[in-house]
Amino acid sequence: MTATTPAGPPSGPPPTAPAAGAAGAASTAGGDAGRRPPAGAGPAHTGSAATRVIGWLALASLALLVLYGLIISPADREMDDVVRLMYVHVPSATYLYLGCFLTTLASGMWLWKRTPGWDALAETGAEVALVFAFVTLLTGSLWGRPTWGTYWTWDARLTTTAVLTALLAGYLALRRLDVDPDARSTRAAVVGLLLVPNVVIVNRSVEWWRSLHQSATLARIDPTIEGDMLVALMVGFLALGLVFAWLTIHRFRVAWLEQQADRVDLDAALAARRAEAADGDPHEKVTPA
Amino acid sequence: MWRDATLVAGRDLRVEARSRVTVNQVAPFALLVLILFAFALDPEGPVLERATPGLYWVTVLFSALLAIARSAKLDEADGVRDALRLSALDPAGVFAGKALAVAAELVALELLLGAGVVVLYGADPAGVGLLVATCAAATAAVATAGTLYGALVSGLRVRETLLPLLLLPVLAPVLIGATRAFDAALGGVPADGWPWCGLLAAFAVLYSVAGALAYGTLLEGS
Amino acid sequence: MIALTHAGYLAAGWLGTAALVGGYALVVLRRGRRLSRHVPTEERRWS
Repeated sequence: MTATTPAGPPSGPPPTAPAAGAAGAASTAGGDAGRRPPAGAGPAHTGSAATRVIGWLALASLALLVLYGLIISPADREMDDVVRLMYVHVPSATYLYLGCFLTTLASGMWLWKRTPGWDALAETGAEVALVFAFVTLLTGSLWGRPTWGTYWTWDARLTTTAVLTALLAGYLALRRLDVDPDARSTRAAVVGLLLVPNVVIVNRSVEWWRSLHQSATLARIDPTIEGDMLVALMVGFLALGLVFAWLTIHRFRVAWLEQQADRVDLDAALAARRAEAADGDPHEKVTPA
Repeated sequence: MWRDATLVAGRDLRVEARSRVTVNQVAPFALLVLILFAFALDPEGPVLERATPGLYWVTVLFSALLAIARSAKLDEADGVRDALRLSALDPAGVFAGKALAVAAELVALELLLGAGVVVLYGADPAGVGLLVATCAAATAAVATAGTLYGALVSGLRVRETLLPLLLLPVLAPVLIGATRAFDAALGGVPADGWPWCGLLAAFAVLYSVAGALAYGTLLEGS
Repeated sequence: MIALTHAGYLAAGWLGTAALVGGYALVVLRRGRRLSRHVPTEERRWS
């Protein structure tokens, strides 16, 4: 078990757009700069061999995405270079849905099996999905401006994403409540379980609604897309997929650690109480957990 | 289960009858919202008239939030939850009963608001069949989903702010569907509206099932 | 690359995405490190 610690935030200006953020964060690999945790304490972070591999692959594919997305692939006939936002927007929307699917699945599993890992996964899926939701909204909106003249067109996908963002925000708000963890997890799980059905219903009704108006639809990426543009899109899916996986694993471990930390705190508090009682205060009563 | 539902619905409605909160507070609030919309949008121009279905249903939704919050609150008092659990009432029945009570209140509100938009906005209630069916389906949709989410936030300190946040995005399709159906009815093309009505009915079915299944688990937890 | 049309929007989009994703990644990693110090090693299932 190597006790490596990340090299910290990237120094200097980021070389290219998307590689920047993930760069400093993902480099739990390699860099053995910085402190080492006390011997025997084990790695003081959520990294592992798996995340290092995924992290580096993610970075590599993000670099490839920049290459293909911004340089190699041609500008669209109609949309000009703005189409390059689609290489991020479309995969991002996909992974948003994947995250929601994870949450619903994990919520259902938790209600069935009640193992804490599922609860952690449910929370993770929603949070990562929320990040991708913002990316989807940002790229979609920025695409809309030069293309249609406004930052917001009540396009089916954007509108659905907006409602979905609200659904996720509500779910995550419910998760943060300061109540009995079991009750909190149960309530959250019911909401989480309904997340995908809600998304489907919202999606269907919004699409139907907008179809009545023959309004501007956001890049139904031309199905005959081909050549370098298709490659760029595929690379986009690959890169963001790896990023999704990396974020999900780390976030899941954080959730897991949080559960353990709560238990550790509880044990410590109980031990302290027992110690007090053992000190012989006749007025104190020890109540077991 | 239906016997339990009737029992619970009866209890909820009797509490309402005695306290008259819906009559004294929610209904005036609903009418007030209608009036506010008239202030916000120029009542002389065509805007208000064209927007009537949407404004109507938005008002219904906001009023529903109040009705649902109240319905959930009835069971928060000390010991009521335990009493419900120990009474061996079928949780699905409890859910159905509460949803029915809320639905009844909503129907009353919708009738009132219907009169309101006819009077205040000059709406012409054509296509009555579709209007009625839409109201029925939408009410079922709102009542079932609302009762479930009401139970989800029940007892929480932040329930007043959390309920709208959780419930309104869920009800967005209901708003879309009900408004489009009303558009079709009032615009004289009911055929366009019936599919939307179907969507509302499907939504209501989904949440009836979801609520019936989940209510037991929610009653168990604290 | 400067010859791209709508470069501003592209930059905003790609950099914004980087900021969102990267920022979130940093937050998660920092939380992970903070919690790891708190929790004994045995509880962890990864190395």
